[in-house]
Amino acid sequence: MTVLTDPRVPVLEVSDLAISYHDGAHYHEVVHGVSFRVEPGEVVALVGESGSGKTTTAQSIIGLLAANGRVDRGTIRLNGTDISRWSDKQLDTIRGARISLVPQDPGSSLNPVKTIGAQVGEILAIHGKLRGKDRERQVVTLLERVGLSEPELRARQFPHELSGGMRQRVLIAIAIALKPQLIIADEPTSALDVTVQKRILDLIDELRREFSTAVLLVTHDLGIAADRADRVVVLQGGHVQEEGRAIDVLASPRSAYTRQLIANAPSLARLVTRMPATARPPVGAAAAEDIVVVEQLVQEFPRPGLREAPLRAVDNVSFRVRRGTTHAIVGESGSGKTTTIRAVVGFQKPTSGRIRVDGRELAALNGEALRQFRRRIQLVYQNPSASLDPRQTIFDIIEEPLLNFGAVTRPERRERVMSILSRVGLPEATALRRPHAFSGGQRQRVAIARALILEPQVVVLDEAVSALDVTVQARILDLLDELQQDLALTYLFVSHDLAVVRQIADTVSVLRGGRLVDEGPVAQVFERPGSDYTRELINAIPGRTHPAFA
Amino acid sequence: MTSRYLLNRIGQALLVLWAAFTVSFILLQAMPGDAIRIKFQNPELGLTPQQIADIRASYAADSPLWLQYIGAIGNFLTGNFGYSVHAGVPVSASLAAHLPVTLKLATLGFLLASIFAVAIAFLSSLARFAWLRSAIQSIPSLFVSVPTFWLGIMLIQIFSFRLKLVPVINPGPWQEFLLPVITLAVPISAPLAQVLVRNIDDVLTRPFVAVARAKGAARNRVLWRHVAKNALLPTLTIAGVLFGELIAGAVVTETVFGLNGIGGLTERAVGTQDAAVLQAIVVLSAAAFVIISLIVDLLYPILDPRLRTNPGAAA
Repeated sequence: MTVLTDPRVPVLEVSDLAISYHDGAHYHEVVHGVSFRVEPGEVVALVGESGSGKTTTAQSIIGLLAANGRVDRGTIRLNGTDISRWSDKQLDTIRGARISLVPQDPGSSLNPVKTIGAQVGEILAIHGKLRGKDRERQVVTLLERVGLSEPELRARQFPHELSGGMRQRVLIAIAIALKPQLIIADEPTSALDVTVQKRILDLIDELRREFSTAVLLVTHDLGIAADRADRVVVLQGGHVQEEGRAIDVLASPRSAYTRQLIANAPSLARLVTRMPATARPPVGAAAAEDIVVVEQLVQEFPRPGLREAPLRAVDNVSFRVRRGTTHAIVGESGSGKTTTIRAVVGFQKPTSGRIRVDGRELAALNGEALRQFRRRIQLVYQNPSASLDPRQTIFDIIEEPLLNFGAVTRPERRERVMSILSRVGLPEATALRRPHAFSGGQRQRVAIARALILEPQVVVLDEAVSALDVTVQARILDLLDELQQDLALTYLFVSHDLAVVRQIADTVSVLRGGRLVDEGPVAQVFERPGSDYTRELINAIPGRTHPAFA
Repeated sequence: MTSRYLLNRIGQALLVLWAAFTVSFILLQAMPGDAIRIKFQNPELGLTPQQIADIRASYAADSPLWLQYIGAIGNFLTGNFGYSVHAGVPVSASLAAHLPVTLKLATLGFLLASIFAVAIAFLSSLARFAWLRSAIQSIPSLFVSVPTFWLGIMLIQIFSFRLKLVPVINPGPWQEFLLPVITLAVPISAPLAQVLVRNIDDVLTRPFVAVARAKGAARNRVLWRHVAKNALLPTLTIAGVLFGELIAGAVVTETVFGLNGIGGLTERAVGTQDAAVLQAIVVLSAAAFVIISLIVDLLYPILDPRLRTNPGAAA
């Protein structure tokens, strides 16, 4: 089964594609007549939120729809040949060789019990390319080509011994091994830190130029699409909303939905949407106004060996947060930001340093006093589906903190739960439902309601909007802003995403490797970054360099 | 794996053995009556109370409990398991005579159970039709609900009496084990197969399977090269735990098929309250259990690269 290459024919031409999923009883159509094309060597971005059908469309092109999915109508032409009705056996001849895949989550996309070398070599073996020593040499060449240091060593290592960015490089090496005509990159960087994200996207860009490979980039982030794609296809609810040159679509979007997406994308926001400081409590007030004070915090963890020095996860970090403001702690994985906030909420005793919250020394608190302290500082976690008990109703989830803290009568509890529900924008009828009936954004509203029911002074938001789509993210950020003004809350906002931080925070601390590398008011840090690292973080925000937004 | 971890694990194993010994010692002493009375108070022997008292003294049956306990532990540590009152031979001789049969039965039964489980799990994943898959996947529920004694009797009925494939009288050394091994393997294979089917379904949804498919790997290649090892690894723990059921199953199976193994020995020892024999069997079973879990634990880091501690490799 060969597919001939013809420069006049598009690499990929999808027309009137409809796909449905079986839910146990019926088929439900989720992609309704989608059409688009990808020319040789071109980068086309498929943009949309979760549920827009972008991943389903991409999966159908490479023949990897879930078992309960089927293509109802339409064609998928690869170099003019319709492959939409091909059997698995036929598809096996082109998968990897003509079309390849760079998956979403490098953490789980490599087989944990096979070496890197075996997994890169496999694609050569399947398509009968090279044997023995030649194959091993080619594997090392590929690993070197995607920028991995010590490629011979990497080939012998297992996936867990590599970082997320390195694993994504391995997956890219697999995808380019046979110089395919089309690479489908399905959210290739959404699981990576921003600086790593930029390097990975640069690598894909460089390789596609070298091999003149076309790329279908599936993403929810318009900023990435703006930076990397020649053309953009915007999907919503399984329909194409808009299609055109990236520069045109972003500069003058025709559909209301695209305008909404652009407005919501933090990376594309031109101006800081934050309220001017004059409308907030006065800046530079006395130190007594500082509700959270962290001084020279050090947190060490013992390492397994007896002789090894302990791991210093947080190294001499200090910051202050004024009442009623938002302080952001920014850093990539391993920067110590989570360890810092765990110490601030009293989950672990610091090795040294002082933490004062709302006038209380944390070190002096123990047992019951520490428990009572938790009323004042509450947490909202990153993953709203994992932090809500699936067996409890929404009412039970929000009520539970009240039961833990003293005597509140049943009618009063009910009243408070209902009022907080409407406060976070959920209808009363939702109280008796369970978390699985809710979307990610609604679940995060429930988590916020649970945090607020005890009327805390400080709310710690640990990557609380990172897992959400841009539109939902924008709504949650609006809600947080509103709640802060009405209830005079103080936020400690932990994030790896500087673009979001610019929208919500007043002050910021930038952490790297456990140390504080930059701090100050957000505008100042953005305009005059105090360290090369901050500059690198700012430059890594996608969409910044796009001419339409320059 | 550090030698410290190894020492720790062996220490735990010894602790479990000691606990099993102590608990069984207390339980056996707490039972009313004892083997000596059962054997020697039989009126047909016509022993006088004085003679019985002498026999009791020779077994030290009436010395204080803690003295007996310390004596028993001392004897066990030196490999002396005591005397079987009922059979009148050293317990170690009795075990040596019965152990090989049970060991052979258990090992073969376990191997066959593993083969059954792997066959059921992989056949159901390879089945192209939904009805065939659900038919294969319902086999474990059937297997686990069949009583061992009934299965044994049915196998004898069908293969020995109807089909006359396996002789009941004077079977050959392997023929003798054929039906008991099947009887033992069927209920053991059921939970193994269920766990394995679950694991395979779970591994098939992981992203690395999609990546393998995207390389152009065919279904069978993905199943054998990528899914098999990942799905089998968690099954190892269950396999270790199932060893306990193997011992319990052997008692019934040996009785049904008239095999002269540890199962039969246990049955007789319980009937005659032969404490020394029971004590030795309990400790022996505990030792087998502990050794199997130790092997499983030590095997994991060899089979799963994620559990090898390899300092400095992560970069």
